Amino acid sequence: MKKLSYFLAALVGMSMNYAIAQTPKGSVLIKNATVLTVTNGTHENTDVLVQDGIIKEIGQGIKAPNGVESIDASGKYVMPGIIDAHSHIALDVVNEATSPIVAEVRMKDVVNPYEIGIYRSLAGGVTMSHAMHGSANVVGGQNATLKHRWGMSDPADIIMQDAPRTIKFALGENPTRVHGRGRGIQPRSRMGVEAVLRNGFNEALQYKKAWEDYTKAKSQKGNTDVAPAYNERLQTLADILDGKIIIHCHSYRADEIYMLINVAKDFGISKLVFQHTNEGFKVAPEIAEYTMGASVFADWWAYKFEVYYSTAFNAAILQKNGVITSINSDDAELIRHLYHEAAKTQRYGGLTDDEALAMITINPAKQLGVSDKVGSLEVGKQADIAIFEGHPLSSYTIPQMTFVDGVKYFDINSDENDQRQRVSPTEMVEPIMISQETAHRCMQDTEHLFETAEALFQMHQH
Amino acid sequence: MKRYTKTFFAFLFALIPVLAMAQIDGEFVKPRSGKFLLQNATVHTITNGVLQNTSILVEDGKIAQVGSGISAGDAEVIDCAGLVIYPGMIDSGTSLGLIEVSSVAETVDNQEIGNFTPNMQALTTVNPNSEAIPVTRVSGVTTVLTVPSGGLFPGTAALINLVGYTPDQMYAGAKAVVMNFPSSGRRGRWDRRSDEDIKKDNEKALKEANEFWDNALQYHQMTEKGATLDYYPEMAQLAKVVSGELPLLIQVNAAADIQSAIKWVEGKDTKVIFSGVAEGWRVADEIAKSGIPVITGPVQALPTRESDRYDAAYTNAGKMAKAGVKVALRTDDTENVRNLPFHAAFAAAFGLGKEEAWKAVTINPAEIWGLEDQLGSIEEGKIANLIVSTEDPFETKAQIMHVFINGYRIPLSNRHIRLYQEFLERSLGLEKTK
Repeated sequence: MKKLSYFLAALVGMSMNYAIAQTPKGSVLIKNATVLTVTNGTHENTDVLVQDGIIKEIGQGIKAPNGVESIDASGKYVMPGIIDAHSHIALDVVNEATSPIVAEVRMKDVVNPYEIGIYRSLAGGVTMSHAMHGSANVVGGQNATLKHRWGMSDPADIIMQDAPRTIKFALGENPTRVHGRGRGIQPRSRMGVEAVLRNGFNEALQYKKAWEDYTKAKSQKGNTDVAPAYNERLQTLADILDGKIIIHCHSYRADEIYMLINVAKDFGISKLVFQHTNEGFKVAPEIAEYTMGASVFADWWAYKFEVYYSTAFNAAILQKNGVITSINSDDAELIRHLYHEAAKTQRYGGLTDDEALAMITINPAKQLGVSDKVGSLEVGKQADIAIFEGHPLSSYTIPQMTFVDGVKYFDINSDENDQRQRVSPTEMVEPIMISQETAHRCMQDTEHLFETAEALFQMHQH
Repeated sequence: MKRYTKTFFAFLFALIPVLAMAQIDGEFVKPRSGKFLLQNATVHTITNGVLQNTSILVEDGKIAQVGSGISAGDAEVIDCAGLVIYPGMIDSGTSLGLIEVSSVAETVDNQEIGNFTPNMQALTTVNPNSEAIPVTRVSGVTTVLTVPSGGLFPGTAALINLVGYTPDQMYAGAKAVVMNFPSSGRRGRWDRRSDEDIKKDNEKALKEANEFWDNALQYHQMTEKGATLDYYPEMAQLAKVVSGELPLLIQVNAAADIQSAIKWVEGKDTKVIFSGVAEGWRVADEIAKSGIPVITGPVQALPTRESDRYDAAYTNAGKMAKAGVKVALRTDDTENVRNLPFHAAFAAAFGLGKEEAWKAVTINPAEIWGLEDQLGSIEEGKIANLIVSTEDPFETKAQIMHVFINGYRIPLSNRHIRLYQEFLERSLGLEKTK
């Protein structure tokens, strides 16, 4: 029996290796560029050599090894591929809104590698996105960290298999509206949100203990204990308590941010990132002291009441208080110009170029637990690279080429009109989408839970 | 004893104003008028090129003088050496003042019930104290069109300057009746009508529009002839459009709809402006031929079709301008109208060019609104809507140093800035943290 399971494990392991080996890796030499490493300064007239998807050398006068294509990037800027720590592109569905806790749900089951949003984000220099569950639940589903390998047909090939697990939490208006007001169950208020969290984690502690007791008992001879019922939801919460999953929590108001910090402390949880965090600036010292930081909008505010007391200086205040800060999109349009969103931290708070660029590269990489692999131009890291005409923080910049693992997936010079990978055979005429509603998906699939459809149409759903 | 009591009360009374004032700290900075000399700047006039080492005298709300060696006299001198001055930017499509928090229905005043409500006046409901107004104007956007939305003829839009305590103080002198041209596109992913249903809805709406129009024409002709008609405020308002007294702002986006709107307009004796025009690039030549000016945006937007190039919305303004269309820009936003310069920058980089992009947020909208003698450039005699910046205000790292609207020096403060001032370094750090 044991032998069989070893065999099965080996088989699974091999097939996983096979899957990872399948994703394309490229080699390229980028010549004579201004190289913005983000973590290691800016270097003029510098080359970047990539071999088999890994950055091999950064320096001057590098010769292209045999068979490696050389790209002249004179006058252009090279930076790490942009990482969006909050996105919903490449997902068929976003919300499983049926219960205040749905930790068992996994976004990797609904990844759609054909979505045109992947290509469009590549055209904005974005090489990775954090495909998140929606914000309808206090504890939402588990997210998927994607690498934008456009053209793959297997969803597994655009998932970053070596990224740690992350999970979506949500506080405030969205979960209280869906569950309290929409369905008449807790939480209806921010008090209820805390209760849902504490109840969930306490139940998970009991579940953990039941399994630990059983495992201990099993090792005794002649033991006849029956295993506790397996529960994916509680197991996932237990994994959070064991530090195996990073929490990414949708939050706006300072009080709810502070609440979750206290809950996390009480349960010994330290892997915690706040998302949106519009009032994060009010509790910046607390966020800096205890968490993995905040991922924020550059300037979005006033689309709902909990973001009315916001400031576009949020990112700068957080940064200057020592918070690991990233700028995210949560939006299929905004994701295309995160370089521009990051640049707004210079208008609002005067951040340096490196500070601004870190907010869309190394900082989101830290928050996703992948900063040892991506997020800066360093030898040994995965070759996710974007080339820009004009400094990427200038309003007039234009992205030129985007590489993932050294493979070029966007080149402005060979950008064709129709980049769709798959066309629906049931659609006679291609729909024309006039409004921006398509872009806002944080509360997608919860439409039936609102009082009137009209109210929904008017709303941004972040 | 009595004297003591008297003295005591007198003392108390004397204290009252002091006590009342003691509850308020600091001084509030308001927009203030006066005579200002903006000295030695690089002045981008838009209509007369770029002038080095040039000063601008602001007096009585107007640009009194532009030149070098202007004597200050009793004017307050503002040293602008090393700085650039541009005319204030105009956003020709916003909901500013009409919506405070879009998801809170109680604060949303841009829509009325009914399909035919052209007499709904946006200007009436402009909230001069909306938090979004001071947030917007410190970016250099000084004038906006605020637009009602909803049915086929949802109301009358108004151009406002972003200073003033009443709508009339803000009013910039132009209005337009809005028409949402019947759309053959989908309004979003929630719009799950079949193609046939969309077509039917479209035809029905167009038929209704024609009926309204014909009735308004009759209404106008009968009143012209001196007839006394029943009170019908909707007709009375549309009659002003039919007669050419007010322009018609047609919101239209899909290529096929733009074409049918051009056809619909033919033969009508009305000043028409198109707004939105997301697919204008597909039919740019036809728009140019029609001579109808276009207000387009947002520029930072997704393409309307999945098969479109990723930059379809970025390049739209440039392609239309190249075809000969007069183009102005809009954000179609409320709280983030402040991003107009960045929309303009994207349009500039993707084909429109910097110079045309500046025109699209200054002199072009001024001309479209018939206010080219008052707004849209730095010329003597025009209204003093000016922005002083460390560099090109389209660049994100530019810092806007001074803003003048209607000659008022605008305080560079708003909620966003005040929160920054309060929270950058909290006076209580981590005390009492568990």
